[in-house]
Parts: sequence; C-alpha cells; structure tokens
Amino acid sequence: MITREPFEYPENATRQECLILAAREGLAVTGRAVLLGVRALRALPSLRRTKGRNEFMRQMYICGIESLPVITVVALFTGMILAFQTGIELRRYNQEVYIGSAVMVSMLREMGSFITGLILGACVGSAMAAQLGTMTVNDEIAALETMSIDPVRFLVTPRIAAMMIMTPILSFYTCMIGSLGGGVVGMTQLNVPWAQYMSNALEFARAKELFVGLLKALIYGIIITTVSCNEGLTATQGAVGVGDATRRAVIISFLLVLIVGYFVTRFFY
Amino acid sequence: MIRFEHIVKRLAGRNVLDDLSFEIHTGEVFVIVGPSGTGKSVTLKHMAQLLRPTSGTVWVDDVEASACEGRELERLRERFGYLFQGGALLGWLTVAENVALPLEEKTELPEDEIARRVHEALEMVDLENAANQFPGEISGGMQKRAGLARAIVRRPEIVLYDEPTSGLDPVTARTIDRLIQHLNRDLGVTSVVVTHDMQGALSIGTRVAMLHGGRFVEVSTPRTFVDSPCPEVQQFLEAQYITHESFFAKSGTK
Repeated sequence: MITREPFEYPENATRQECLILAAREGLAVTGRAVLLGVRALRALPSLRRTKGRNEFMRQMYICGIESLPVITVVALFTGMILAFQTGIELRRYNQEVYIGSAVMVSMLREMGSFITGLILGACVGSAMAAQLGTMTVNDEIAALETMSIDPVRFLVTPRIAAMMIMTPILSFYTCMIGSLGGGVVGMTQLNVPWAQYMSNALEFARAKELFVGLLKALIYGIIITTVSCNEGLTATQGAVGVGDATRRAVIISFLLVLIVGYFVTRFFY
Repeated sequence: MIRFEHIVKRLAGRNVLDDLSFEIHTGEVFVIVGPSGTGKSVTLKHMAQLLRPTSGTVWVDDVEASACEGRELERLRERFGYLFQGGALLGWLTVAENVALPLEEKTELPEDEIARRVHEALEMVDLENAANQFPGEISGGMQKRAGLARAIVRRPEIVLYDEPTSGLDPVTARTIDRLIQHLNRDLGVTSVVVTHDMQGALSIGTRVAMLHGGRFVEVSTPRTFVDSPCPEVQQFLEAQYITHESFFAKSGTK
C-alpha cells in the first residue's frame, strides 16, 4: 500500500526525541525506496503483456527520444570545453595531438554517464516525480489500488525498464557526440587534424572504459527512476507536496549519481 | 456487511475520526452527510483500506479489513468499486480505456466481452459518445461519470461513492442518484455514499448518517432523519431549505 500520510512529530516531543524520530523516518523512507526499486525490478516479466509493453514503449520514447535534443547540446559543448581546456594545457608542451585520448577517455570513463545521469535526473526524473505526485494527490494511485492494480507494477516497472535501456544508450551517444565536439575544437582551434584526433581517440578507447561507463549509466537509470517514483508516490498535501516531491527527487538523484558514481569508479580502477 | 469498531484516525494532530463505531448492512444504501472536513472521505477510505486506522478495527463481513495485507487485501478490494471525488481517471488513457482498465488488468475476459461491458457501463452513465475522448477533453462532471462507470464495470458487491453528484447539474445529479438506486435494488449492490446533497441523500438512502466531530451524531432512516432533534442535523437541513413539511410533501406522506 502506498503511504499517503505525511510524517508528523508527536505533540510535546522534545528536540532529542524529534531527532531520533527523524532519523528513524529517514531510514524508513530509504528502506521503502529500496523496496520500491526491488519490487519494480521483480515485476519486469509483466512487460511481456501487451498493455505493459505499450506503456514501456511510451516511456522509452519519453526517456530516450524526448531527451535527445538537450543531451546532444550538452554533450557537444562538454566535449568542446574538455578539448579546449585540455588542449590549452597540452599546447604548452606541444602535445595537443593527444586531446583525442583525453576527451575520449574522460567521456567514456566518467563524463558520458555522469552527464546523462544529470540530464535524465533533471528532465525525466523530475517529470516522473511530478506526474506520479500529481496522480497521488488526485487519488489516481488510490484508484489503481482500489482496482487491485499494483501501482508499482503498472507505473514504476515500465519506467525503470525504459530507463535501464535508454540510459546506457544515451550515455554511449553522449560519449560519441562529446568526442565529435572535441574533434571540432581540435580541428578549428588547436590545429589538430581530424584523422589524427580520431586515431588518437580510438587508440585509447578501451572496452573496459566503455563497459564501466555503461554499467554506471545503467545504475544511474535505476537510481533516478526509483528515487523519482518513490518521491512521486509518497507526495502529500496537494500542489505544494508535488513541488516538494519533484525538488527532492532531483536533489537526491543528483547526490546519488555523484556518490554512487565515485564508488563504482573506485571499485573498477 | 461493513463494521467499524471504535475507529480513531489521527491526522495533522487531531482526531478526524474519534471512536467511530457503526455497521452497514448488506444491500443497503448508507449515506454519510456532514460539513466539509469532518472526515466523511476519511471514513470511506478506511472501508477500502486506503487509510489505516490509528486504532480500532474495520470488518468487511468476517474479514478484518484493517489487518489485511498483500494478496488478502487485493482480494478484499476486488469486492469494492470506488468513485473518487474528481473521478481519478488516468490522463493518458481514453474514457473507454479507463473504464476497461479493471477488466483488462484483473480478469481474463475476452476483448469483445470487455468492449461490451465497457459500452454497457458508459451507457448507464450516458457517456457512450465520449468513449474515445481523453479525460482532459471532457468536463469535470463527465469525468466523474466516467469514474462511476469504471467503479461499476467489474460489478462489485460494494460501491463507495465520494461526492457522486457534486459539480453536476441537477438533472445529471438525479440521474446518478437513480443509477445508485438501480444498482442497489436490481443488482443488490451495497452502496456507501458520501455527499453534501441532502435532497439526494434523503431520496436514495436506506439510512442517513450525520458525521460531526469525528462521530455520527445521527444514524437513521430518511424519515426519522428529517425529524431528528439533533441541532447539527437541523442546521444542515435548514441550510439546504429542507423542512419536515417539504420532505413529507415531496414523498407524499405525513
């Protein structure tokens, strides 16, 4: 059952008691969010049904295709900035031909998945939290429950599946566009020929970097969806509550993308 | 039969329901009236276990609803239809898809049978022409009627109506009242109706209950209800220009 009551401190509680209660509630919320993610993943086989598949395809379109323009622009300029800044430093040592490797490795290892995570957290995660939050305060989630339709299977599973597929794809796309942007800057600003830039970039692009980057993207996709859906489904108190849930979803997603990203990198390198 | 035993519900630091006990018999239309914010919808949500009581027990027949979890709760809810205040339709599905949803998700009925039952339910609420429209394209009253069609399409034993006629024009409101009566008389559906509309409440209710201060201050048949000595009841009736004379003149008896 979806919780639809705001957390309240008991009357006449001391500050110390409030702190303990807040810590316990924080743990409970985290536990519920993890449980939500697990339940959504366990329900993945339900997507074989036509109805579930339609919703899954709709979510793939929203997560993937609708995010493409912003991802393209951000990835392109990130690659360009990365190439320019690295190129300025390398030029001091006449080593600017290596910007290809610098851009490619940064994008594959970290920047590709990180940028994709942040953009999807801001665009798709916030939209998920706002939509599910509005549905919660408008009793649409309660309506699903009274029809004995599990809101997690019906709403969260298609979203998490779509994000699990689209985040790695978009992350790879980000890496490619970023590298292209770097190549353009190398060619126009740093006098590095395109062929030299590309051969240098591909020389340093190893499978491990690619797969670790894609794994991180996959994890980010799960985290963003779980956090955003959990915040949306636990929204209370009308429009203000939906706004709060959306804000919290974006902040928590950003923080987790950063923190989890560090630990995954630490694990592999 | 739905039974509330000493239900207390504490929300935002106050007891919205305060030691509320009552029983709804199978096959009756039980109407709950009362001023806004007195916990009518909260009472209704306790029946379908959308809210859990702070203390006390809710029974549906011999099932302790307030203790149900998981599959047991799912089975319990399958016995209910619920009309929410705003209709609570899913915005990305058409009216017909919304109505078909409980059948598609929870039954193994063939597509043509689902289509037939959806058409039948939409016909009952006079919405067959809006079947292919999205909720955002129809009025609030139509959304509510579509919500009602969805609530009854699975032919539940108990239907909970949260403000079924608010926001509707008087003609449509009376149509909804007649539909509630039809479901009750002809199909034996137990109905629990939360409303502000005293005209409707007195015409369709088997019993009418007045919720005030977290408890029922009056639970009686419509005839007894209009003569209740309870000041809250009289105030509520007077506010809607209903007097002993007007009620009995309308019902044709004394």
